[in-house]
Amino acid sequence: MGVGIEVRGLNAWYGKNQALQSIDMTVPANHVTAVIGPSGCGKSTFVRCLNRMHETIPEARADGSVKVGEMDVYGDGSDPVEVRRRIGMVFQKPNPFPTMSIYGNVAAGLKLNGFRNRKQMDELVERSLKLAALWEEVKDNLHKKSGASLSGGQQQRLCIARALAVEPEVLLMDEPASALDPISTSKIEELIFQLKQHYTVVIVTHNMQQAARVAELTGFFLMGSLIEYDKTEKIFTTPADKRTEDYVTGRFG
Amino acid sequence: MSTPAPQGVSLGRRLSNGGATVFAVGAAILVLVPLLAIFAYLLIKGIGSVNVAFLTQTPKPPGEVGGGMANAIVGTGLILAVASVIGLPLGIGSGIYLAEYARNRFGDVIRFTADVLNGVPSIVVGIAVYSLVVVRQKHFSALSGGVALGIMMIPTIARATEEMLLMVPNVVREAAYGLGIPKWRTTLSISLRTASAGVITGCMLAFARVAGETAPLLFTAFGNQFWNLKLNQPTAALSLQVFTYAISPYDDWHKQAWAGALILIVLIVGAVAAVRIATSRGMLKGA
Amino acid sequence: MRSRFQQGLDELKEKLLRMGGLAEQAIDRATEAYRTRDSKFCQMVLAGESAINDAERDIDELALDLLAMQQPMAIDLRFVLAVVKINADLERVGDQAVNIAQRVLDLISEPEVELPVDIPRMADGVSTMVQRALESFLDGKAEVAEAVLQMDGIVDRMKDEAFVMLVQKMTDNPACTRQALDVLLIARNLERIADHATNIAEDVIFWVRGADVRHGGAHYRE
Repeated sequence: MGVGIEVRGLNAWYGKNQALQSIDMTVPANHVTAVIGPSGCGKSTFVRCLNRMHETIPEARADGSVKVGEMDVYGDGSDPVEVRRRIGMVFQKPNPFPTMSIYGNVAAGLKLNGFRNRKQMDELVERSLKLAALWEEVKDNLHKKSGASLSGGQQQRLCIARALAVEPEVLLMDEPASALDPISTSKIEELIFQLKQHYTVVIVTHNMQQAARVAELTGFFLMGSLIEYDKTEKIFTTPADKRTEDYVTGRFG
Repeated sequence: MSTPAPQGVSLGRRLSNGGATVFAVGAAILVLVPLLAIFAYLLIKGIGSVNVAFLTQTPKPPGEVGGGMANAIVGTGLILAVASVIGLPLGIGSGIYLAEYARNRFGDVIRFTADVLNGVPSIVVGIAVYSLVVVRQKHFSALSGGVALGIMMIPTIARATEEMLLMVPNVVREAAYGLGIPKWRTTLSISLRTASAGVITGCMLAFARVAGETAPLLFTAFGNQFWNLKLNQPTAALSLQVFTYAISPYDDWHKQAWAGALILIVLIVGAVAAVRIATSRGMLKGA
Repeated sequence: MRSRFQQGLDELKEKLLRMGGLAEQAIDRATEAYRTRDSKFCQMVLAGESAINDAERDIDELALDLLAMQQPMAIDLRFVLAVVKINADLERVGDQAVNIAQRVLDLISEPEVELPVDIPRMADGVSTMVQRALESFLDGKAEVAEAVLQMDGIVDRMKDEAFVMLVQKMTDNPACTRQALDVLLIARNLERIADHATNIAEDVIFWVRGADVRHGGAHYRE
């Protein structure tokens, strides 16, 4: 089951440049929320702040309050590694671990966190691959084929399975389909729609039609601020802010 | 504007293409020639003296015919083992540090130091280790020999490790971080594993280079006519033995020097080949 | 891609306004036919119907292509949707003008009778409503559209009055029943045109403000 995300006063910097200005946003549990905006608006930065990936970049920092369910992500004593275990992430370019088999990839998060029970691992791997709609295609070659030998769309689904295997409550997706062909894209979108039953999904996309297709809520970012955040239908038919309207109608960005 | 019909490649271009190919192939062959020539010469000069006695007996006193280099073969192995125990962890460790933790001015200083260390003449390394280890221990030893050779291995391994780790795409690391895997674990189990082929090559290069070094051992291992398996006693080594025999006035010793050199080359090539086979069979993956 | 899209939007607007012109022309000609009792105006209206129908087809096709190829959003999407609806209303206006022309032809074939209904005045009011509605579309001005909505009540009252008067006339003088019925129908046609003008105005408000003001309320999206 997913949990909600409560963001209050989130700021983020790259060195001296402020990339996010005091973001307030409530992401409801078991919904798909899209984050849109022109290049450089801070949407990727925002999402990477949710699971403290932002600070892995040298000279990058963030502060503010991010609560994922009960977990205070930026609280005193909060461990970034633990945060990332509870919040899964899928990246723009599929990035399976090159030296590992399909099984190895999906189980990587488990194995490298000390999980040992072989039978349970097998079950979790199967379950994750099924959730990612990849099981049927790879079940006969789990250990023989390497993760990198799959097609682009399959690799991305493998990365989704890998993220799901550690049983996060929230799934963050940074332009997950932008490197894929239309058929793989529609498979991923269908998948996202299914996933929201179990997880809370936040997806960054520069493709507005994709946001319109998969997300129930959409947030429009511009120059580090959250300009408008509402039901997706409203954003795309009668947006309240002129800047939102200019963006979704393609007048800029 | 219509596209022109495809034509054949002009004669001039074909000639220059062919010429460049010939040059490249020729250069490669020229590189192989000295290598093969040396090996062939060693084989011719040395194979006659390689026999069971040579491989199993210790040297006879000067002037006497016969004896072998058994202790030197074992001694080389012992010294190289010590060198590897020192050189591999320190080399790989510094390589990891440089690639993952020190992308800054301090890291540049370390890199520069490693490059300088790489260029230090081997005899100078030998003298340095003599002052630091041998003098303190008050005797020559296999240990000090291993230390000297180990120090020489470090820069090569560190640089190779760093280069190969830098070639691991950052997205792979990010995938690991995203799964909640701590940085050190990511570096060891993901990055290093991905870079393992190149790192192993770097280690083999370093190993092969120091395996034949003679000068550093002159003042550290020193050599020994008898068997020695203790780390804190002077120890025989093939390279030392070949040197000693080659400059001696004895004919028999000259022949044994050739044999020793041949055995040394065979052992080095054999070790490298064994590692290559082991890696290709996937036995060395999974650090 | 924006400029090609903008060209499409502009073309759509232009075509719709031109169709609006044809519809206005049809109303004016039908009114003129009533006033002058000259059948040539009726013929003009009847002949002009096919142009209006062709325009409707053309505009629908263009709107469909624009939706499929350019995936308009927000205000642009509302615009295209409004155009499609106004398109339908204008075609109906054309039909009503044809109906009026046919009633006038019938009146001409009968002896002229004095009737207590000022059709030309009603027609002028209706014509103004259509004109203003199309103006509000041209300029994208919701206030002008709102003014049109106000005028609908007046036309409704005129039609109701005409109804009462004509029924009275028919009771008093059964000989002119046929003419009275013709005029009653013409009044009704005019009232329908006014309704269509109101629809057009509502569609303009939807486009410009995103508010659904149909059926009397103002409904903004939650």
